[in-house]
Amino acid sequence: MSNHAEEAVHVGGSISTFTKVWIALLAMTGIEVLLAYEQVPTLIMLTCLLGLSIIKAALIIAYFMHLKFERLSLFLTLFPMLIFCIVLMLIFLGDAVRIPNMRPPV
Amino acid sequence: MSSSHASAVGPAGSVWEGGQSPYATNSKKFGMWLFLISDSLTFSAMLFAYTYSRVTNPDWPKPFDFSPAIIFSTVMTFCLLSSSLTMVMAVHSMNHGDRKATVRWILATMVGGGAFVVLHLSEWMKLINVEHVTPLNNPWGVPLFGGTFFALTGLHMTHVICGLIYLAIIAQGIARGKFKAEDVEVSGLYWHFVDLVWMFIFPLVYLMSARVG
Repeated sequence: MSNHAEEAVHVGGSISTFTKVWIALLAMTGIEVLLAYEQVPTLIMLTCLLGLSIIKAALIIAYFMHLKFERLSLFLTLFPMLIFCIVLMLIFLGDAVRIPNMRPPV
Repeated sequence: MSSSHASAVGPAGSVWEGGQSPYATNSKKFGMWLFLISDSLTFSAMLFAYTYSRVTNPDWPKPFDFSPAIIFSTVMTFCLLSSSLTMVMAVHSMNHGDRKATVRWILATMVGGGAFVVLHLSEWMKLINVEHVTPLNNPWGVPLFGGTFFALTGLHMTHVICGLIYLAIIAQGIARGKFKAEDVEVSGLYWHFVDLVWMFIFPLVYLMSARVG
């Protein structure tokens, strides 16, 4: 019995919590589709879509992948490095912005 | 208990002999997390390549009509999100020792994933046959669109298909009395990751290229 209780604590989360997360994910997807339908300006749309995607990813990782219920050391081992590497890739975006202006006129 | 076994198991009854386990998790789950982190970097690099190509080409096409392409891909998103919920239910059932319910939830997950693949393939067929988009060419004169689109969505679809095979093996094993709760949880981690990646592909590739009216 104690083992069972220990396992339940380790697994974490209840069915109602998972269902609420699923509804939240669907709602955020709905908002994203609405933004696309309204054709809001590109920069605002990109910011909103990326922001919502990051929140959705965080919810999936925290609840569906149970990271919220794991030790902090697991999170600290895996994620700061990942985020750092992804941010490093953005260094090249400046080039992408400059390239269209460097094309010779046709 | 023999002395050699006692030595292998360790003083605390655990296989881990390097002191207290730093992550309090089993090696299969930690291995899957490491794989997923490396796979995240692969998808991040591909999404970055897509974004780079798009920013460098101001005449980037917007081939996805709101109806039916965006509605279609929204249904695909719904299938994948729902399959993640059923996968969580499978892990939950297995943790409570209900093997029959676990197999049912995994099968439901596979239905969601299968629907996603079928819808995605039909989306591809429409792009190839109706819009004449290929990985090397398209009617809008921006070949990078087809190259990055098919590479990105193709790699994701490959992951979904691999996930379906993985889940089928796990479901069959569970039905035969093999595998433990941790095996279902590890397969769940992989499936949720596939869902997570789509949460970035859907807005960046589809919604940012939506055409209304």
